[in-house]
Amino acid sequence: MINNDNSKNLQQAVQEARAQQQALLIEGSGSKAFYGNTPAATENSRVLSTGEHQGIINYEPKELVITARSGTPLHELQAVLAEQQQMLAFKPPLFSSGDQQATLGGTIACGFSGPRRPYAGSARDFVLGSRIINGEAEILHFGGEVMKNVAGYDVSRLMVGALGTLGVLLDISLKVLPLPEAEQTQVLECSVQEAISRMNQWAGSPLPLSAACYDGALLYIRLSGAPSAVTSGARRIGGDSLDDSQSFWQSIRELQHGFFKNDKPLWRLAVPADSPAIELPGKQLIDWGGAQRWYIADKQNKDNSYESLYKTIADIGGHVTLFKGAIDAGVFHPLPESLLAIHRRLKQAFDPQGIFNPGRMYREL
Amino acid sequence: MNKSELSNKLKHFLPAAAIISETEALRPYECDGLPAYRKMPLLAVLPQTVEQLQQVVKLCYQENIPVVARGAATGLSGGALPLENAVLLGLSRFNKILDINPLARTARVQPGVRNLAISEAAARHGLYYAPDPSSQIACTIGGNVAENSGGVHCLKYGLTVHNVLELKVVTPEGELVTFGSAALDSAGFDLLALMNGSEGMLGIVVEVLVKLLPKPERAQVLLAAFDDVEKAADSVGEIIAEGIIPAGLEMMDALAIQAAEDFVHAGYPRDAKAILLCEVDGTNEEVSEHSKRVYDVLTAYGASEVRTARDEAERLRFWQGRKSAFPAVGRLSPDYYCMDGTVPRKQLGTVLTRISQLSEHYQLPVANVFHAGDGNLHPLILYDANTPGELKRAEDFGAEILELSVEVGGTITGEHGVGHEKIHHMCVQFSEAELEQFRRLKVAFDPHGLLNPGKVIPQPKHCSEYRTIGSGSHTHSASCSH
Ligand SMILES: Cc1cc2nc3c(=O)[nH]c(=O)nc-3n(C[C@H](O)[C@H](O)[C@H](O)COP(=O)(O)OP(=O)(O)OC[C@H]3O[C@@H](n4cnc5c(N)ncnc54)[C@H](O)[C@@H]3O)c2cc1C
Repeated sequence: MINNDNSKNLQQAVQEARAQQQALLIEGSGSKAFYGNTPAATENSRVLSTGEHQGIINYEPKELVITARSGTPLHELQAVLAEQQQMLAFKPPLFSSGDQQATLGGTIACGFSGPRRPYAGSARDFVLGSRIINGEAEILHFGGEVMKNVAGYDVSRLMVGALGTLGVLLDISLKVLPLPEAEQTQVLECSVQEAISRMNQWAGSPLPLSAACYDGALLYIRLSGAPSAVTSGARRIGGDSLDDSQSFWQSIRELQHGFFKNDKPLWRLAVPADSPAIELPGKQLIDWGGAQRWYIADKQNKDNSYESLYKTIADIGGHVTLFKGAIDAGVFHPLPESLLAIHRRLKQAFDPQGIFNPGRMYREL
Repeated sequence: MNKSELSNKLKHFLPAAAIISETEALRPYECDGLPAYRKMPLLAVLPQTVEQLQQVVKLCYQENIPVVARGAATGLSGGALPLENAVLLGLSRFNKILDINPLARTARVQPGVRNLAISEAAARHGLYYAPDPSSQIACTIGGNVAENSGGVHCLKYGLTVHNVLELKVVTPEGELVTFGSAALDSAGFDLLALMNGSEGMLGIVVEVLVKLLPKPERAQVLLAAFDDVEKAADSVGEIIAEGIIPAGLEMMDALAIQAAEDFVHAGYPRDAKAILLCEVDGTNEEVSEHSKRVYDVLTAYGASEVRTARDEAERLRFWQGRKSAFPAVGRLSPDYYCMDGTVPRKQLGTVLTRISQLSEHYQLPVANVFHAGDGNLHPLILYDANTPGELKRAEDFGAEILELSVEVGGTITGEHGVGHEKIHHMCVQFSEAELEQFRRLKVAFDPHGLLNPGKVIPQPKHCSEYRTIGSGSHTHSASCSH
């Protein structure tokens, strides 16, 4: 594994960008270039790659903590954890292909979490600390490597999902957990209403759930934990046991399941887990025990107006992301003015000159 | 604007009973759970509706009057300590559970609802709210959010930040905003995460949507006695290495054991130098399996005795001893001072040894009760404020413990917050550039600096003074009236 501290060079690049009023488009390996708005690329912008800033700085299995540089390939990091029977419990998608191997920094900046998310927690839940470069080209350290830390504001968690608009992530400390001893997936045939109500009911009873998804015909429930708990849980759930549980969940996590094989835009609807089936023209796949609904519309709106989709989802307490696919719509759910004002001021607080990824999240940031 | 003018303006939208301005009536509000620091507020107000609260905040904004929020005032860092020129905003009347949704496993509550009341209300659905500070019968969910509070079950189930989905917050301008959502995330920056642990500095929490968890089928607690503190500390990492994440993993030393025994008769072995309480939970079979493995580890790593709670009553008694440890130790001495550093687990033994040396040096006894699984220490320094010089000695002792925590790679506060108390030690943990980033973040939420000003983030001149005085001879700034 490469061990290379590139933070001084990165800091220098930010200093230069500041001096020359340049925008920096931060990139790990480019595996998530599809995500977010197209940055407001001006002549005066350049790519800042964290790809060479690699390596594990500290890993002590008994402390349940790993600290690694942002350019560390995620699959390498996960392999190191697996050797010690540990894992990143939010099991993020990689979306890697060829040279574009997902990095830790990109994953955290996007705030991605896989199917385990509703039961184990999200990427931000596992972040304990970080070292960043802010828009003043200062290297700052927040949080740490301990499980509990409330000294100062939780800047490390603020960075998760901020798409690099507040700073360059250098190093990240994450809580890790033991790999489950046993895992098993049960498959049942049922209607969408039944699927939603079962996912929620089971999540409210003491079963070792670790994933729940409905593909339009079949309900998939994964159990993880002590072998005895998994076996007795599977018995309670019923249905048939799935042969290749691992590759099924991988296909859901990496968006490679048949449902996703499509050129149309892919929408992500984050909604309260118990929301009934959402009537929309097109098809849906339900993950996260009901809380994440992938949506592919029948056809593109002619006038490119997605107001009614935003409204339908906001009315049930959720929000919409245009996850993949280029259409002329903002990628992220529009924010009310009161929240947008706080966002603008936060951007100002971290990146007063607007150097980092301008427009990647919201046009104003 | 003086006190009576302000009070008159408040009467336009608050009933007279909700405005407290008489000195004697204000007395109960002069401190929080850290009574070494006391101050009288300008006024205390106790609104009952969000609209009233917004009006209070708007008026203060117009008149440039600071606002200090207060939940149950069980905080241990002076976070809710009043300021002489500020309105103390009491949230005790926001005490309603608005909704419990058993299917979605959420509870929507007002900020003044007590932590334990949520679990009590959820119990009939087989659900509970996981973070359980030892103060849970009294502390409020609003205070929990503001401190990102933990409890004995946080190693497995997370802190407040992991168990809150959505917050309604009143901004310093008096506007009502929502952070987070009833879904698992929300658009934009993670302002929800930022609010957790923000100590009343970024906004006033007026509604909280919390996550509820199913009660585990079974929970079992093992009590292990050790004749050596370091051995007990070392066995903590070994349990983790076994691949088990206990639901709770707590440690107490000899002084704490005896105090708890005298106070609640928990059935602890009085002659032990340390005990570990290790709870495993899950399905019936899983608990049997894990209890056995934990038992083996504890025995292998030198426990002189390992007991398994015989029944639910004994399990609860074991925990009661732990949860009442602060008041129990409080009976041993006129005053105690509770520290809250967190260190990497592997440093527990070293740090405990160092603390006992410091205890001799400062001639003040110390009892240790803490969240061993998280590495979160709570040394309780015993002192008598009426003996001249003892408070100062206790503070200096505490300061050394905090610096030690930072030195071994930890933090000055794991769950009690910085508040007023640890503001100087922020200068030890953070560089000036980091502190300046915190200040700019605060401005993004509170441009006029009206929410809980002067807490948590030190001013540059504080740090330069503190750093020149140097470790071991700390003096608090003249503004602290003891
Ligand atoms: C015996 C004892 C045991 C304890 N055990 C634990 C423990 O195990 N774990 C733990 O984490 N803590 C523990 N604590 C500390 C304390 O109980 C927690 O910090 C608790 O969360 C404080 O809640 P409160 O309602 O009393 O808040 P307060 O003390 O009233 O306020 C705390 C802070 O929150 C702010 N605040 C309060 N309400 C709001 C609101 N609605 N909006 C914005 N800001 C607000 C205040 O301004 C202040 O800064 C213990 C305290 C005692 C006395």
